[in-house]
Amino acid sequence: MSLLFDSFEEWRTYCQEEDKPLFEPVLRYEREQKGKSEEEIWNGLGKAYQVMKDAVQTGLTKEMNSYSGMIQGGARKVANHPVPVLSIEFQRLVARALAAKEVNSCMGKVVAAPTAGASGILPGTLVTLQEIHKLKDQTILEGLLVGAGVALILEKRASIAGAVGGCQAETGSAAAMASAAIVYALGGTVDQAFNAVAITIQCMLGLVCDPVAGLVEIPCVVRNASAAAIANSSAQIALADVSPVIPVDECVDAMGEIGHSMEAKYKETAEGGLAATPTGQRIARKVLIQDIEIMDDEVSEE
Amino acid sequence: MSERSSVFDMIGPVMIGPSSSHTAGVVRIGRVARKILGSAPKEAVITFYNSFARTFEGHGSNRAILGGLMDFHTDDERIKEALDLAKEQEINYKFRSVGNANTLHPNTVRLFLKSDDGQTEVVGESRGGGVIRIREVNGFDCNFTASSHTLIVHADDQKGSIAFISDVLSHDDCNIATMTVSRKGKNDLACLVFEMDSGLKPLTLEYIRNLNWVRSVIYIPDIDQ
Ligand code: SF4
Repeated sequence: MSLLFDSFEEWRTYCQEEDKPLFEPVLRYEREQKGKSEEEIWNGLGKAYQVMKDAVQTGLTKEMNSYSGMIQGGARKVANHPVPVLSIEFQRLVARALAAKEVNSCMGKVVAAPTAGASGILPGTLVTLQEIHKLKDQTILEGLLVGAGVALILEKRASIAGAVGGCQAETGSAAAMASAAIVYALGGTVDQAFNAVAITIQCMLGLVCDPVAGLVEIPCVVRNASAAAIANSSAQIALADVSPVIPVDECVDAMGEIGHSMEAKYKETAEGGLAATPTGQRIARKVLIQDIEIMDDEVSEE
Repeated sequence: MSERSSVFDMIGPVMIGPSSSHTAGVVRIGRVARKILGSAPKEAVITFYNSFARTFEGHGSNRAILGGLMDFHTDDERIKEALDLAKEQEINYKFRSVGNANTLHPNTVRLFLKSDDGQTEVVGESRGGGVIRIREVNGFDCNFTASSHTLIVHADDQKGSIAFISDVLSHDDCNIATMTVSRKGKNDLACLVFEMDSGLKPLTLEYIRNLNWVRSVIYIPDIDQ
């Protein structure tokens, strides 16, 4: 019987007892729970990674303007700026995460990973990681499987939807997936990969979902860049065997608890935070349709 | 318990942005409506309700619904150009926004479609993650997700009709996942909706269509295929 991804502890034990790499039980889960063949699964992952790479490319080369006007080709500007803050690689990481997410905001093709709002984080981190370390595609696909395993647990114990758990659940989950994939791809141990998840969650806890005008643009796009950076800083810390002290499952439960007690106005309703600022409100009035027929209170249609 | 998520719910779906409930789900509602109409519409009046009423332009749901009506899949990059493409295909479309429809789900869309051969009216909800629920077809209440194969039968309301059709379906080796029945009045026209795990043979459909108490049959194979 396959592992059901109820906890990281179980996943760790399975890999130790069966002496399997981290991605193996995820592959097995999909085979046994969803009846897919291994070939189908690798093909599906390959296709997803190709869409991610294409999204990065599109965002860096095409005109990216959203209908609201809030997104205006930020990724390209970052990529072409003459001053790298840390290094060229860091500049590229940021530009790529922005690029794929801008494609999403501008009705282009992306992979929801785990959600559409967070669709820039895995592309930004994995494309950059592969380039720097000259990794094989297969290693990246295995990393994606590891990321999927992380998300399965997060979905079960906390949430991966902004409307349920705030932005920590979307960009936070994607960053956690990415950090585990990075550690895995660089040959880290199971413990190091899970510590990276724990550290990433510790960094992302409490982030609210407050999109201006309810559109998946501001602050979503820049949060894809920051989440990509956090995934990398967490992987760096975890690879050095620095302990997160609070075990990963407990970190996930904390994320669930925070999401649970977060007020509704911070859960995608566009009623709090940045969405509620005077400028946010002004933009909402401008981009949202005002000319609405209002139904009588009692008699709804039919 | 609810069904377990797939690896490809976590790394996927591959979709057109910006959001699964405002694009992917809406495209799927459009595809269902087109399947029910049977061909591309000549005329389409599309009403977005409640939360959709304000945001459908900003989220591109107007493009998504037209993309669905043109039979595009949820990952088709032409969705972005759907407003122009619909004009080229001579689909005469009109959008309406209606707020405060309290009995409807926050993300509801109603389509009134006309083609040369007929017309249809469909109400669908986009429930997040691309999941939809069709609530109304031609004035009859219903409740199906269109993620499996769906059969809609309008028939005279008479004893044994449900059992009879179930029996026919089982002879085609079809496992019925869900079934709903609604009718306008006692002994009036009834609407039977079957969701099935596998597809139906044309012969089976023809047989059901030819029963003398059956008025119409609509078959919607898995809309994501
Ligand atoms: S702010 Fe909300 S909509 Fe935007 S990425 Fe975060 S969770 Fe998604």
